[in-house]
Order: sequence, then structure tokens, then C-alpha cells
Amino acid sequence: MDLDPTDEQQSIVDVFGDLAESTVPLDRLRDHEPLGFAPELWARLVAVGAPGMAVPETAGGAGAGLLDLALAVEALGRRLAPAPLVEHAVAARLLAQVDALTPEVLDGASVATLALRRARDQFARLVPAGAVATTVVAYDGLQLVVLDGEPGVHVANLASAPLADRGLDGARVVASGALATSLYRQAVDEWRVLTASALVGLGLGALEIGLRYVSEREQFGVPIGSFQALQHTLADVSVALDGAQLLARKAAWAHDTVDDRAPDRASELGAMAFLFAAEQAQRASDRALHFHGGYGFMEEYDIQLFYRRAKGWANVLDDPAREYTRLADLRYGPVTATASPGGG
Amino acid sequence: MDFTPSPTAEQFGDEVRALLARVYTDERRQHAHDTGTMHDWELHRAMADQGWIRQALPEALGGGGRGPEELAVLFRELELAGAPYDGMSICTMVASVLAHAGNEMQQREILPKLLSGESLIALGYSEPDAGSDVAAARTRAVRDGDGWQIDGQKIFTSLAEESEWVFLLTRTNLDVPKHRGLTFFLVPTSAPGFELQPIRTLSGKRTNMTFYDGVHVGDEWRVGEVDGGWQVMLVALSFERGVAGGVRDAERLLAVAEAHARAGVDDDGRPLLEQPTRRDALARLAIDAEVADLLASRAAWVAASGRLPGVEGAASKLFATEAFQRSVNRLVDVAGPAGLVQAHAVSDLSAFYEYCYRFAPVTTIYGGTSEIQRNLIAQRGLGLPRGS
Repeated sequence: MDLDPTDEQQSIVDVFGDLAESTVPLDRLRDHEPLGFAPELWARLVAVGAPGMAVPETAGGAGAGLLDLALAVEALGRRLAPAPLVEHAVAARLLAQVDALTPEVLDGASVATLALRRARDQFARLVPAGAVATTVVAYDGLQLVVLDGEPGVHVANLASAPLADRGLDGARVVASGALATSLYRQAVDEWRVLTASALVGLGLGALEIGLRYVSEREQFGVPIGSFQALQHTLADVSVALDGAQLLARKAAWAHDTVDDRAPDRASELGAMAFLFAAEQAQRASDRALHFHGGYGFMEEYDIQLFYRRAKGWANVLDDPAREYTRLADLRYGPVTATASPGGG
Repeated sequence: MDFTPSPTAEQFGDEVRALLARVYTDERRQHAHDTGTMHDWELHRAMADQGWIRQALPEALGGGGRGPEELAVLFRELELAGAPYDGMSICTMVASVLAHAGNEMQQREILPKLLSGESLIALGYSEPDAGSDVAAARTRAVRDGDGWQIDGQKIFTSLAEESEWVFLLTRTNLDVPKHRGLTFFLVPTSAPGFELQPIRTLSGKRTNMTFYDGVHVGDEWRVGEVDGGWQVMLVALSFERGVAGGVRDAERLLAVAEAHARAGVDDDGRPLLEQPTRRDALARLAIDAEVADLLASRAAWVAASGRLPGVEGAASKLFATEAFQRSVNRLVDVAGPAGLVQAHAVSDLSAFYEYCYRFAPVTTIYGGTSEIQRNLIAQRGLGLPRGS
């Protein structure tokens, strides 16, 4: 076991952190709301090869693993970077598996995304990055389809994320049947793993802001961070975020090093990492906002940016309660219909 | 970055499991349950015979062979098996202190008996009025000819009834700030003036009140400098290295609860594992157990890297015990009235929830309360200022 990033991994963390910080510092993030996409940031991500970073070399990518990508995403998440690297990477990896990866998607000239929710009636709702992506991969329960076309109309949302509904007329089928299902599941699994890292970054960013604020803000003649009521909550938040970070990284590592003796383990760890990171990112941003007092409720203070995204980045997938149910299904198998006459 | 456990640690885990399967039988388990003892001599000596106590000591102190990751594995396996490990934990810790700071007599007479598993030692830290504020200890040691006279009272002196000595924190100086007036002694439990009184606890486990009424010990029983007790305490804490147990209760609960759910059916004959609320509780517990394991592994890894996992050890203990309490609470609820039932036989898994509900409160109290851990994390880890 070695929990230190390698030198290369550390440089990933540094490069992506600096890149986000210098292109869209937190105090410029509002310039990119409500859409939640900074073309200049995407251009810089393209310049460093991020879009194809975790695409296999055989498909023209750089062949990095999910762990390296997760570290990049965590560094971006910490600065709330308005760029859909997670969705793009997941879509690109999927497209590479069905020989449908175009050079434009590989290098990021075109933004690609994955419709997380199953499409119905040729329509995919609230597609993440759907308002900026020209390539959308969707699954309707039978087939995996790829749509090329203009970005959808932005749907205003809590997280100021580039969500859009996308009609799938004219989409072409790239896989069907069991293959389609398994590719789609794998892609959503990877989305969970990477989003877990993004949420860990978000939580750490919120904690950082909270710590700075309670160290500076004085009430009753002392910094409020000297009060145990705050210290104890911040300690809990910090410990849980440490745990969330370890779990998200382990899940990404497990995807890179699939153990044939436990093929579902990576999927299970991804489900755990996503749920735990979502919960802890929300707690970190919620508590850090609360410790700002009335200022935390002001649009002007940055902590609200974290608070909104913590909920939004996670819930674009589903109700967490259903994700817990899914985790139980992964561990214990699904509940059989006959065994639960009441419908459970 | 690599999450693969070290092969030597894994292999040691196999050895520990094999020994436990051989020695810590269902009969021994039942005996512990029936008597409330926190110690099993057969198991302790079997482990000592393997050299595991000696190997737990730092290499520079004549031990070695087992790094912090292997120690963490030892305590993990003991915990997951529900085997008593406090005696082992205290023994390795005090043995390390004596190897580091003990005098010639202590290293000749006492250390070998600890390493061989012949004798146990108990920790005499807490007092009725000095719990979390352990440096406020009032048990007095005053010069008495060539030696010392000790008067006072300790509480929660667990395993004192099985121990040959108490590793005793005393006050030797009233004229200096509290941390600077403390001295450690080894006090034989056979000494005239030593008495103990059992305390029954909520979980059924036994601990003790110990009394020191004019106990006389020679100066050779002193550990460390006069008034240097706090330094000895810090040395002792550093040897725990965040790997001395108490962080696997959630994992054990998960294993037992899953085994129970797989085997059982509800009143309508439906498998327990298909109850939606139980599945939800188990899924949440599985995450908590995974995180607890990662935080414990991190503390061991930090120690193995040659650093002191002060904050990491606190984080591991805090998360693991708080998560255990949360999970126990949910699982007792999930079981409904069946979760209230006590059983005589330890093989009856259904009664594990009820036992855990009684045991859980102490886990966030002993070994440093959650509040003490949070203070440490907030101030040393996060750099927040101490309150006035």
C-alpha cells in the first residue's frame, strides 16, 4: 500500500489545479453562470490533452487510468471548474469501445457527454453537459445511440450546470442488446467514480473556505474558529472528507486493476464512493455556509457556489436513496418479486 | 498510489486467522461472554509463543520483524474475530515504553515476563476526577526513604485482576503546572495497600476501581524521570501508532449482520436479507465499514512510513466508533422487537445487535473521547486556535 501520489500523479494534481485557478478563479466563476461552461477553460484542458487522457492508446488516447483522471477531476472540483471533463471522458471511453470515437471528440474539439438517465420516447432529459455537447451518447433500455448535433437549450438549475434535454431523432445505433446494456452500465459506473472525486474536491474546497472564514471572523472578541462548537463539526467534516477521498481514489484504482476473483468489486466501490462523497460534500458545504452566518446567505460570498453544486452534481444521477438500494442489490442480489408480495 | 495490501501483511493476516481458529474456539468465546472477562490467557500466550509481542516492539528496541501495517493486521483480525485484544494492546505498548525508557531492573525483571506472555500489566491512568483531563491525576507519590509511598485511587483499571502490575500515573509535584508534576511507576498488584474492586459495565464486561493506600515501592519501580510522567505518556501514545485496535467494530458488525441476514427469515417467512429497511441499513453500514478500514489503513501506512500518525490515528478512531454507534442504532431498529432479545449462547447471531447496543456507548469514550479526538484534529490537523 502506498497512499502518496507518485511524482507524475502529483504533477497531475498541480497542473489541473493551477489550470483551473489561473483560468477561472473562484471570483470569476459567476461570469460563467448560469450556463456553467467556460470555453477558455475547456480550450486549456484540450491543450493539455485532458479530453483523451484516459482513452486507451489503441484508440488514439494517452492511455491513462481512471485514477489519474480522478486526481485531475478532484483538483478541478476543488475550484468548481466549469468544464464537463467527467462526462466527456466517460463518453469518449465508451465510444472508443464501439469504434465510434471521432478525432474531434478524442481531442476535445467537440464536447461529448453521456445521458445518465435512460432515454424515453427518443428523448433524454436533463443530460449533463447537454447544453454544450455536440455528441451525446444515450441508452434507451435496448440500444446505445450516438447523437451528433447542436447543443441543447440550457435548463436553468440549482448547480448552474450545463443541463439540457436532448431529442434523439437521427441518432445512430452503436450497440444493442446485452452489449449496449453492459457498456452503458460501465460508463455510468465510471461516471460515479469520477464524480465522487469531483465531489471530494468540492468538499475540500468548501472546507478550505470555511476554515479561512472561521479563522478570520471575530465575535465575542475572538476568532469564531476557537469555539469548540465549530471546531468539532469541522473536525468531523474533515475526517469524513479524508475518508471520501481515500474511497474515491480506491474506487478509481479498483477500476484500473480489475480483480478477476471479484469482478463486481470495482462497481461496488464506485457506488460507495459516489454516495459517500455526495453526502460529505453536501455536509461540508452546508456547514461551511452555516459558519459564515448571514454572510453565507449572501450571493456575494463564494460558499454558496459550493452549496448549490454539492447537491446538483450528485442528484443529476438520481435520488441517493435509490442509489443505496442499488448498492444493496450489488452486494446481495436483487430482491425477488415473489419474496416481496407487498412490493417492498 | 496503490491500495494493494502488502503481501507480508496479508500473509501475516492468514497466520493470525489460523491461530485464532485453532485457539479462540467457540468455548473460549462463550467463556468470555459468561464471565465478562476482557482477557483470554490461552490466546494471549499462544500469540506470545509466536513471538508476536516481541515482534511488535520497534526494531531499535530489540523487537522488530513486524511493521505497523502487520500490527494493524494483527489487531484487525483479533477485532473481527471478536477476540479479546486489550491485554495484547496494553502489553505491547508498555513493553515498548520499558524497552525505551525502563531501567535495568525493569528490563531484566518485568520486560521478559511481558514479552513471553507470562504476565499482564494494567493501565492506571483515569481517576474519578481525571478522565479526559488525565494530567489532572491526583494519586500521590511522595518520597519515603529510598522509595516512594503511593496513595490514591484509579478508575477503569481494566484487567487489573489479571495483571501483575499497574502502570501508574501519579502526582509527585504540586508546585508546578499539572503536566510537569507527574511521574510513572510500576506498582505490583501484590503490594500491601493495593486493592481492587470490580466494576460491572453496561456491556457485561468487567473493569475495576483500584485503590492505593500507603503502597510502598522502591525507586527502581519508577519509569522515566521524576516529574517526567507526561513525556512517558507521550512515548506510550507514540507506540500505539494508531494501530492498537478499537477501530473495527463497524466492520465486525457488518460481517455478523450480513451472516445473520443471509440465514434468517422474518415472521412471514421472508428472507431477512430481502427486507428493504435492512438492506438500506446494511448498504450504509458497508460504506461506513469501508471508510473505517481505509482510515485505519492510512494510520498504519503513515506509521509504516516512519511518521507519527497523531491526527490520522485520531481520525480513524473517531470515524470508526461514531460510525459503529450510528449503524448499531439503525440495525437494532431494523430488527424490531427481535432486536431487544438477549441470548445466552454467543453462537446466536440474532442477539448480537442487543449486545452491540449496550457495548457501543463506551467506544466513543475510552481511548480518548470523540470530543478529545475532535479537539486534536481541529487544532493539530486543521490549525484552528485553542479556545481561551
